[in-house]
Amino acid sequence: MFATLSDRLAATLGDLRSRGRLTEEDVARAMREIRLALLEADVNFKVVKTFVDTVRGRAVGEGVLTGLNAPQQVIKIVNEELTALMGTGSAKLTFASQPPTVILMAGLQGSGKTTTAAKLAALLMKQGKKPALVACDVYRPAAIDQLKTVGAQVGVPVFERGTAEDPVDIAQWGVRQARSQGRDVVIVDTAGRLHVDEDLMGELVRIRDAISPQNVLLVLDSMTGQDAVNVAETFRERVAFDGIVLTKLDGDARGGAALSVRAVTGIPVKYASVGEKLDQIEEFHPDRMASRILGMGDVLSLIERIEESVDKEQAAELEQRLRTNDFTLEDMLQQLRMLKKIGSITSMLKMIPGLSRQMNNAVVDERALDRVEAIILSMTPAERLRPDILNGTRRARIARGSGTSVQQINALLVQHKQMKKMTRSMVTGSMPRIPGMPGLGSTGASKKRKKKR
Amino acid sequence: MFLGLEPGAAVPEADEPERRPGLFRRLAENLSRSRKAMAAQIQAIAFDPADDSVWEELEEALLLADCGVPATVEIIGRLEREATAGGLRTSQELLAAIERIVASLLAGSESRIDLAARPTIVLMVGVNGAGKTTTVGKLAEHARRAGVSVVVGAADTFRAAAGEQLETWAERAGADFVGSTRGQDPAAVAYDAVSAAVARGKGVAIIDTAGRLHTQGGLMDELTKVRRVIATRLAGAPHETLLVVDATTGQNGLQQARLFGAAVPLTGIVLTKLDGTAKGGIAIAIAHELGLPIKLIGVGETLDDLRPFAAAEFAAALFGR
Ligand SMILES: Nc1nc2c(ncn2[C@@H]2O[C@H](COP(=O)(O)OP(=O)(O)O)[C@@H](O)[C@H]2O)c(=O)[nH]1
Ligand SMILES: [Mg+2]
Repeated sequence: MFATLSDRLAATLGDLRSRGRLTEEDVARAMREIRLALLEADVNFKVVKTFVDTVRGRAVGEGVLTGLNAPQQVIKIVNEELTALMGTGSAKLTFASQPPTVILMAGLQGSGKTTTAAKLAALLMKQGKKPALVACDVYRPAAIDQLKTVGAQVGVPVFERGTAEDPVDIAQWGVRQARSQGRDVVIVDTAGRLHVDEDLMGELVRIRDAISPQNVLLVLDSMTGQDAVNVAETFRERVAFDGIVLTKLDGDARGGAALSVRAVTGIPVKYASVGEKLDQIEEFHPDRMASRILGMGDVLSLIERIEESVDKEQAAELEQRLRTNDFTLEDMLQQLRMLKKIGSITSMLKMIPGLSRQMNNAVVDERALDRVEAIILSMTPAERLRPDILNGTRRARIARGSGTSVQQINALLVQHKQMKKMTRSMVTGSMPRIPGMPGLGSTGASKKRKKKR
Repeated sequence: MFLGLEPGAAVPEADEPERRPGLFRRLAENLSRSRKAMAAQIQAIAFDPADDSVWEELEEALLLADCGVPATVEIIGRLEREATAGGLRTSQELLAAIERIVASLLAGSESRIDLAARPTIVLMVGVNGAGKTTTVGKLAEHARRAGVSVVVGAADTFRAAAGEQLETWAERAGADFVGSTRGQDPAAVAYDAVSAAVARGKGVAIIDTAGRLHTQGGLMDELTKVRRVIATRLAGAPHETLLVVDATTGQNGLQQARLFGAAVPLTGIVLTKLDGTAKGGIAIAIAHELGLPIKLIGVGETLDDLRPFAAAEFAAALFGR
């Protein structure tokens, strides 16, 4: 599996410490890594080219490539530039001064328009609106049935006239219908179409002209590759869409297409669709896309969650103690409890750079933390502070007390020793990228939980 | 018997000639301007292996086609070796070599769907919106034209109106339809479809499944179960498990192939939506890494728009010839 960009840059620029100065070749290699990472994330080739030039310019200009932590500096620039490209803040829908507000959905086949239309209706309803849906996909078999079903599921009326009429007429009629029934938002679902299909693109233009929507949303599959820019440019030329909905973001696609489209058209992504359930849509956070594209996991969300759940004073205290003392089993217990407050290990690991991809199939034993806690709690205070006194008799007693086995206690002590080594290096400044955690990583397939949808 | 005759000839051209230009022409017609320019340029200039810009343009074309970095590096590497050995002197030779190399990466991709077993069971899997249901319909039509009777099974019991969609295709293709109710166990539907094919003496049963992202562990387990139930019902089945991949897909397609393949052993890829401007280079990446053959391609939304895969044509279309 591909390493994250930070790993790669560290490998490329990491030996600077020993050499001191960076050659032109080093810079070229670093830029090459950035280029590869972006291409693997499906950022468009041409966008990558301009992007790398910008990063190179800044890196050289700001002299960051001469510093000791060049890899981190380069990552920082890459991140900043990506974020700048994606834009900041979430872009909102435009609401008509005279309701109803009309939203036209457009996009390629299979991008997720119908589901997104219903999700958007549900979201708007939650925000106090009274949306309606209009079924203009007269081509795909059962597309209207699908919209009627999801419409009913979210409790929104669906206006449809079967498949025999012209979609332009249906759209116009649907908007009229919505107005007369006092609906204040009308979402018009259309058939998927290829941007090179002259007839269908012409139809879309006529629909738009007939209903003058305040919002035209392009629904874009986050798994799209290099072609995304061709698609987006043509749709923009023809129907001037003004927002993007990025779908299927619950998968593991890096979503570089979103960046490309944003870079080429300047049109913001407004919503992200993150699952098949009809409430799984959210406002888009462009700032988080950068780390996703770079394969750095959802670091921001992780940090947020840690900040929310960790008692800052307690953490500072622990850190202080570590600076002056060794990492004891008592400290390990405290750290564990902090971890448990943050959330399930699986969900956390998913957000850690580099791990998220490897974790796809791994099954974490969520009870491991409880087991470690039980073991430590069965120890006397003296044992917790000085684990070296734990002889065979003591271990057997603890095993009985905690309902575990001597082997599990031995394993824990080994882990503790490793963590102790690691905290020592952390305190002395050479912090490892991924802190180790106790008792993880059983990859047995036996415990796979069924996710029901 | 085998499904799919010669490339492009699977459906008699005389049927509706103006609506069905050859795939080759169709793909060539949809080229982006830059690609056209590049092909023209390549043909115009005398090829100089020492000229970096030629290599850069080749690389650009491959990456823009979604071939991905590893497959692109492989193709360019082989070309460079041939060039160094003095085998490539003109642009024509260069282009021919690329086509040969791409075709060899896709070796085995021209294998056909074997309908020897009676009934042959085909299981269709893939992410949401890839084109599974449509492909089931097209394949049913293809089989019917080849004189093979068909049952289709609606094991997508999740998406709204998925059953109705498949039923419409079944009617159009004159296939028997084994339906389901929403939320029903898909494995049970697959079981029923296989049973129906056996009981009615049908030639082939094609089973549609719900779209799912490969990262959804529980749903991938569900797919494993569907396959297991099919295998239990009929020894040797499913004979084909086809992963449907949208040609617009980027590098995530590799991950799709890896993880779907881990859940159910795949026998091939169906590459859909090649009627757009996407080149479908991800199929090369998949073939390169996983050795999975591309068996069929989708080139539109009607029953006729399914073709057997032809490596040389596909390679040529990458460069807009
Ligand atoms: N242009 C084009 N559209 C296709 C092709 N195959 C499928 N589609 C369209 O893609 C959309 C999704 O197809 P569907 O079969 O419902 O996908 P599923 O979710 O995988 O079952 C539909 O609008 C189809 O008409 C193809 O080869 N070319
Ligand atoms: Mg389907």
